[in-house]
Amino acid sequence: MNTHSARALRLALAMALILLVPSLGAAQAMESHIGKLTGHSESGKQLYFRYCWGCHGFRGEGNGENWAPTGTYATQPYLNIQPRNFAAGTFKCRSTPTGTLPTDEDLYNAIGRGFVMSNMPSWITLTDQNRADLIAFIKTFSPRWKTEKSGDPISVPAEPKLTVESIKHGQELFQKLECWKCHGPEGRGDGPSASTLTDSNDQPIRPYNFAVGSRFKCGTTNHDLYKIFMTGLDGTPMPSFADVVKPEEAWDLVHFLRTLQVTHKSPELALWQTTDEGKKEIASRRVEGTPTGSGIKQ
Amino acid sequence: MRIKRVHVASLAVIAATGIASALVYARPAGGTISGKVTYEGTPAKPKPIDMSKEPSCAKQHATPITTETVVTGPNNSLENVVVYVSAGAPDENAPSQAAKFDQKGCQYIPHVLAFQVNQTLEIANDDQTSHNIHPLPKLNREWNKSQPPGTPAINEKYDKPEFIPVKCNIHPWMHGNFAVLKNSHYAVSKEDGSFSLPSLPPGKYTITAWHESYGEQTQDVTISGSETKTINFVFKARPY
Repeated sequence: MNTHSARALRLALAMALILLVPSLGAAQAMESHIGKLTGHSESGKQLYFRYCWGCHGFRGEGNGENWAPTGTYATQPYLNIQPRNFAAGTFKCRSTPTGTLPTDEDLYNAIGRGFVMSNMPSWITLTDQNRADLIAFIKTFSPRWKTEKSGDPISVPAEPKLTVESIKHGQELFQKLECWKCHGPEGRGDGPSASTLTDSNDQPIRPYNFAVGSRFKCGTTNHDLYKIFMTGLDGTPMPSFADVVKPEEAWDLVHFLRTLQVTHKSPELALWQTTDEGKKEIASRRVEGTPTGSGIKQ
Repeated sequence: MRIKRVHVASLAVIAATGIASALVYARPAGGTISGKVTYEGTPAKPKPIDMSKEPSCAKQHATPITTETVVTGPNNSLENVVVYVSAGAPDENAPSQAAKFDQKGCQYIPHVLAFQVNQTLEIANDDQTSHNIHPLPKLNREWNKSQPPGTPAINEKYDKPEFIPVKCNIHPWMHGNFAVLKNSHYAVSKEDGSFSLPSLPPGKYTITAWHESYGEQTQDVTISGSETKTINFVFKARPY
């Protein structure tokens, strides 16, 4: 072996070592990357044990003292929806296909947004850096983050122009895909299967009631709505429709779903109300139950 | 010095090839472990399933079908028990053919499907209604997919051994199981409780029997030559 190749070998070994060292360190510490932000788990740990562990628990298993209280009054949890179990590595709000890990940005958006109809508030009051750090720390709870990469976000084509035909086609899809089995024929969350639904921890869960017109679990925009049914909300009964709905058809379904939100002003509902067919369809809806859905038996 | 090292290396190669070929050729002529799975005590009575909410499925069954969490046969036999080699056999690559799981009459067929790690799992919907296929693994990835009538089969794989309950959220009575196993030495007990694990090379094996309601049991068995050994499993039935 001549000196030249020996030096090359030594250089290669040194480079391999340099590449290896940070990845060994990463087994303990985690980073998150959201746009230009880089979150660090060591900083996120401090924040987690200040703000999050009361509900999400010491080991991130979703069994903090607010969910599983101990001591004298240990009969009932304070929360009626179990906090997310980070150790399972399963997340509802993703831009990635069902069964894959979400992107850091998905998680970052989720804690900034909070979860409507649950006890998870919006953490928009924390700084962007704080939230990025928290995401990095949350990723230390499940070994999946060490062995798997985040899924590739699904591609969402640009939203086509809103038309009456698009709404009508969406209405057909709502029937054909049997969305009404859980969400109800009028989207009130009262379909024939609604009362039997449980999440993956066997906790009862309600399907979204469109008539209430509140925010969705995973956002507010048409784009968010598109992603909800094309990725599915993992850990809940809501499946992914990515294999059975074509991307261009998915927008039609989005347009129709908006018309079910009778208490939420939207261009879709406004357009639907201008047509005879739409007027008739809206008039034919049952009036029972209150706008908040409280009169609906679950 | 140098020559000696070459010798050692080539010897190792020869030895390794010898062992590998011995493993390959020993398999077809191996021994067999067979037996029966039974229960003692009183098992819970299967409950009739009310499918009136799904008429397209209800009309496929002349008499209402019953729950399958415990399926028994004559002479206390216990069906749907996965009997497999849990230790003593090497991990194997997945076979190329797919394991098939069907949804028909709002039932999973078979109720318990055993297949190997990384083997293709092909899920079909033969019903006139939408199903959502929602396996609930703890170790593997959890996904949940909608499958309306007439849509192509779903192909999936699991990369870790695990027993996975399967459900359809739309039809809450639908309930099945996947058994993801490390090697090809497995069987699911038949109606008469019988099972057979053929083509086992001589060796010491741990045989595990798993039942979705009654848990698991193990027995150690040593196989020499091409003998057939009989082992039986008896599960304690629970009346609830």
